Amino acid sequence: MRVLYFAWLRERIGMGSEEISPPDNVTTVADLIAWLKTREARYEAAFGDVTAIRVALDQEQADFDAPLTGVREVALFPPVTGG
Amino acid sequence: MTVRVQEADFDPGAELESLAAGDKEIGAVVSFTGLVRGTGDVSTMTLEHYPGMTEKALEAIEAEAHERWPLQASLVIHRVGPLPAGARIVFVATASRHRRAAFEAAEFLMDFLKTRAPFWKKEVTADGTEEWVDARETDNAAAERWAR
Repeated sequence: MRVLYFAWLRERIGMGSEEISPPDNVTTVADLIAWLKTREARYEAAFGDVTAIRVALDQEQADFDAPLTGVREVALFPPVTGG
Repeated sequence: MTVRVQEADFDPGAELESLAAGDKEIGAVVSFTGLVRGTGDVSTMTLEHYPGMTEKALEAIEAEAHERWPLQASLVIHRVGPLPAGARIVFVATASRHRRAAFEAAEFLMDFLKTRAPFWKKEVTADGTEEWVDARETDNAAAERWAR
């Protein structure tokens, strides 16, 4: 599974994307973020306030309780500020 | 229906002319041009986006505008990369037979673009200080008034 990070999330984690292999008990977006936070201090810092995080699964906006089954690309980012 | 995400600047006059060209049914053309606001000592705005999803999201927003209003044509241009204060950053144009559809659809496109398309702005001041722009609650409220 490929994970993409944007804006300040990308800067805090220190990379724009990575390939990950989460354990089987990671079935939703919320599970994935909880698992990422256990990996290293920079992830814990980046995901400290999850209310400031939005998610897209295979380039479609999704919720934290969305299942990851069959998903190839997960994008995590702050609320958008274009226009 | 056209969506363009690009680093290059654009010419609003030329875009409007080509939008309405060749369709004699068009009686109204409305456009919005967004500029990089140089508030305080902001010298540059850097626009990051999510290539692939950005285009899909803009196309979905544009398709929804065409579902809601009888539009003859529409165009959305959003620039990315570093942009100096005063530069054009976004352009939305709509064309319809009568003015109300074009006015409303243009406003709808901007409200939805600001809350749904994956762009992020970072302000850079003259002394090099960088700061990500926070999302605004007023933008969410503006988008929510189109709920149906």
